[in-house]
Amino acid sequence: MARVQFTRHLSRYFPDLEQNVEIEGNTVAQIVSGLDSRFPGLAAYIVDDQGALRQHVNIFIGNELIRDRKRLGDEVRADDSVYVLQALSGG
Amino acid sequence: MPEKKLYVGTRKGLFIFERNGAGYELVRSSHLGIPVQNTLFDMRTGRLWALLDHGHWGQKLSRSSDDGKTWEEIESPKYPDGEMVNDDTAATMRLIWVAATGSKDQPGRVYLGTEPGGLFQSDDDGESFELVRSLWEHPSRKSWFGGGRDQAAIHSILVDPRNHDRVLVGVSCAGVFETTDAGKTWAVRNKGLRADFLPDPNSEVGQDPHVVVAAPSDFDTLWQQNHCGIFVSKDGGMNWADVTTDGPANFGFAVAVHEKRPQTAWVVPAVSDECRIAVDGKMVVCRTDDYGRTWTEHRKGLPQKDCYDVTFRHALDVSGDELAFGTTTGNLFVSGDGGESWAAQGNYLPPVYSVHFHRG
Repeated sequence: MARVQFTRHLSRYFPDLEQNVEIEGNTVAQIVSGLDSRFPGLAAYIVDDQGALRQHVNIFIGNELIRDRKRLGDEVRADDSVYVLQALSGG
Repeated sequence: MPEKKLYVGTRKGLFIFERNGAGYELVRSSHLGIPVQNTLFDMRTGRLWALLDHGHWGQKLSRSSDDGKTWEEIESPKYPDGEMVNDDTAATMRLIWVAATGSKDQPGRVYLGTEPGGLFQSDDDGESFELVRSLWEHPSRKSWFGGGRDQAAIHSILVDPRNHDRVLVGVSCAGVFETTDAGKTWAVRNKGLRADFLPDPNSEVGQDPHVVVAAPSDFDTLWQQNHCGIFVSKDGGMNWADVTTDGPANFGFAVAVHEKRPQTAWVVPAVSDECRIAVDGKMVVCRTDDYGRTWTEHRKGLPQKDCYDVTFRHALDVSGDELAFGTTTGNLFVSGDGGESWAAQGNYLPPVYSVHFHRG
């Protein structure tokens, strides 16, 4: 199972969100879906109402930014570390 | 006398002010750091709504049953799969700009006006929302475009208290649309408006009302601060009259109308389009008492030097003879005498997006 780590900013809205959440899934979309089952409502913070990655959110697999921001089809392997981070923007 | 209270939505949270003697004091804040685009107090349920525009996490709806002490997040509406803004762009929720309740005999009815141009409707107090397809599928809709934002947005929702089947919406940029059959059909109500930014200023669709309000005492008197001036309709939106002046009562975003006198309205002017700052570096509120035939300028208590404040479309409200408005520079001004004199109630707020008096 992939291990998922999060920006600490998400813990404001999901106080129970721990780091290194282990989630099963072969794609980023499946990982996000699994996260939403564990933490209801979390997916809506990461992806928009059409399932695309929000403009100011980044997801990395290892050190690589995912390529498919629209459908989250990037492959995730069992030993991958996935990072859900906040893009730098705004003021 | 009912309790006087102000809900102030800002770029960095919601601030609730209560009357204390002659002025207002900040009694509560919530959602600190989060843009609160607008608020709605539902008199039917006593619930306070906050429309959140998270920079990172998207559009959220927050609801409070104890006047902002505690909040619950409810699921935001979604554009149905496959809906398109135009031939190239899928519809995604970009902003929840305004919320409105149905009438008193429509328990649970709540409307949301959104970018990219969808009106959403709930009949269970927001537990679920549905896109109002009749408006979304209006033949003109794919020609709507953004005014100051990337895509078209609904910023004004007016439910006729005499007949809840009649609803008007204001769209930037498209104009005013009206249904009189509970949303089965929608008609364009832009006659008399002009869009100086279009090749054809009298285009039926493509007008830019910045905000549309109805007189509470006469719902057939409608006012709009438009991108191209100030307009009033005395026949429910069928015809609009241009009541713009050469003076400051011209460009701006907000307009408010007196609760009992439909002929009395206020605007907070700005220098037009290209600049969007206070006129001559001085804050002014203009008032008419004759349906816009004449406007008087009121400056007492407002900054008259080196001022660059602008008041956004939802940031001016009136309750009785009391008015309040907030500005992009974080000032909050209140008047107790119909806008003739003003006092600052806060000078260091974040940029103000919305100001609403509590109506209980």
